[in-house]
Amino acid sequence: MHELPQNLANGLMLGLMYGLIAIGYTMVYGIVQLINFAHGEIFMIGGFGALTAFAALPHGTSLWLALPVMILGGVIASVLTATAAERFAYRPLRGAPRLAPLITAIGLSIALQQVVWAFYPGAKKAITFPQFQGDTVDLGLFNLQRNDLFLLAAAPLCMLILASFVRFTRTGRAMQATAQDPDTAKLMGINTDRIIVIAFALGAAFAAIAAVAHGLRYGQVDFMMGFIAGLKAFTAAVLGGIGNIYGAMLGGLVLGIAESLATAYIQNVPGMHQLGGGAWANVWAFVLLIVVLLVRPQGLLGERVADRA
Amino acid sequence: MTALLEVEDLRVAYGKIEAVKGISFTVEQGEVTTLIGTNGAGKTTTLRALSGLLRPTAGKILFEGSAIDTVPAHKIVALGLAHSPEGRHIFPRMTIEENLLLGAFLRRDQAGIAQDVERACTLFPILAERRKQAAGTLSGGEQQMLAMGRALMSRPKLLMLDEPSMGLSPLMMQKIMATIVELRASGTTILLVEQNAQAALSLSERAYVMTTGEITLSGTGAELLRDDTVRRAYLGED
Repeated sequence: MHELPQNLANGLMLGLMYGLIAIGYTMVYGIVQLINFAHGEIFMIGGFGALTAFAALPHGTSLWLALPVMILGGVIASVLTATAAERFAYRPLRGAPRLAPLITAIGLSIALQQVVWAFYPGAKKAITFPQFQGDTVDLGLFNLQRNDLFLLAAAPLCMLILASFVRFTRTGRAMQATAQDPDTAKLMGINTDRIIVIAFALGAAFAAIAAVAHGLRYGQVDFMMGFIAGLKAFTAAVLGGIGNIYGAMLGGLVLGIAESLATAYIQNVPGMHQLGGGAWANVWAFVLLIVVLLVRPQGLLGERVADRA
Repeated sequence: MTALLEVEDLRVAYGKIEAVKGISFTVEQGEVTTLIGTNGAGKTTTLRALSGLLRPTAGKILFEGSAIDTVPAHKIVALGLAHSPEGRHIFPRMTIEENLLLGAFLRRDQAGIAQDVERACTLFPILAERRKQAAGTLSGGEQQMLAMGRALMSRPKLLMLDEPSMGLSPLMMQKIMATIVELRASGTTILLVEQNAQAALSLSERAYVMTTGEITLSGTGAELLRDDTVRRAYLGED
């Protein structure tokens, strides 16, 4: 088995997941300039929603049949949480100084973790998430974990759906207009409040799908899983150029692959043998963020904010 | 016959600072009405209140006889009131055509929309040439044309133009003013806000002078052009 293709494949899988979550950060930021730090918890709640849906099915239902129901359960849980957060936490703060919604988002993030910890049965420890059984899939140059096939199919599909939605539908165009100039969008007759809700809901739905992928991959969900995943996805969004949906996916992939390669190869660099391995993965991910921000502050696909005449 | 737009004792404030201090004016069907005044007189604030982007603190705005001062901004354009904002505010990362189509966002009659895109392109041939180009690449004057064309796409009963000549070359400004005359001839009612008093007054049926949030003078365009205070304050004569 070749080592490099395998490491790239691992990074790709990680990257697809980061990218899928990052879309939620980037869409909300693109439209209301808010970093929704509770998005990691929206993702986590999607995992619990999917698990709840699975538990509600008759015992012994095949995972193939259960999967659509789990996705639906996760999406419903995440979308409800995100839209409620928008309506009751963020909307009243629209027009307030920027720091107010940011602090609210951080508070909401902690509150959602604690609510799940306190009230979801058994959530004080990690809960087992159903997984497909069977061997890894041999693709010649590398192996894929059977459970990652879901992510490999779902992430590009989500991306394609989102891109066509934004580009070709009336609501998608209204979304672009709102992102570029919210007041003028209103003058065109666009209900920007509704567009904001749609941005939150779409981001939440994608986070829920990522959470199902996460559950399948690691075989468990826990109330803290949104913290690091959310931070990484936020990094991916900034890396790709926050506000740009393609940038979010690209940032995710770059981050995932960089993390995987750093974990595998940094230790071979003379003098850095103790800086490799999984324990350092997060460090390298954030080092990458710092480097990109120094060299290209607007992110890989971001535009300089200078188009207001 | 009632006026198309009636504003009564309108007050608008930013926090505790009152920018518009109880103004009343009317816009009659088929006419060009102008608000002139220096920077900070409250002209733009007035237009933003009319199109619902700002909530008045007091007063009445009647459009075709019904109150619109509590109608949310995105529903105002459906009533027939289009606003081409100060600074043009075109959507820079969309093409010219996409900008025009957004002006018709609430319309569903595809044939009529296509016809109006053609009309805008006839009115402003430069838009036709650059149709698929990002709007942010246009010059200031061209962006102004696009902003006007976009506002017309909703087939408004009242077109509000905020400083259409701002920052334009004299030649470009003449073009814009000629277009306003052309639009009036085709039956569009226009509420114009201008700092360029000479040009604006000479084509207005009715005009109001705003000074620090209040209307200090009103009359026909021709009357104000002859008025001594206006000549001194806005036309640079002494």
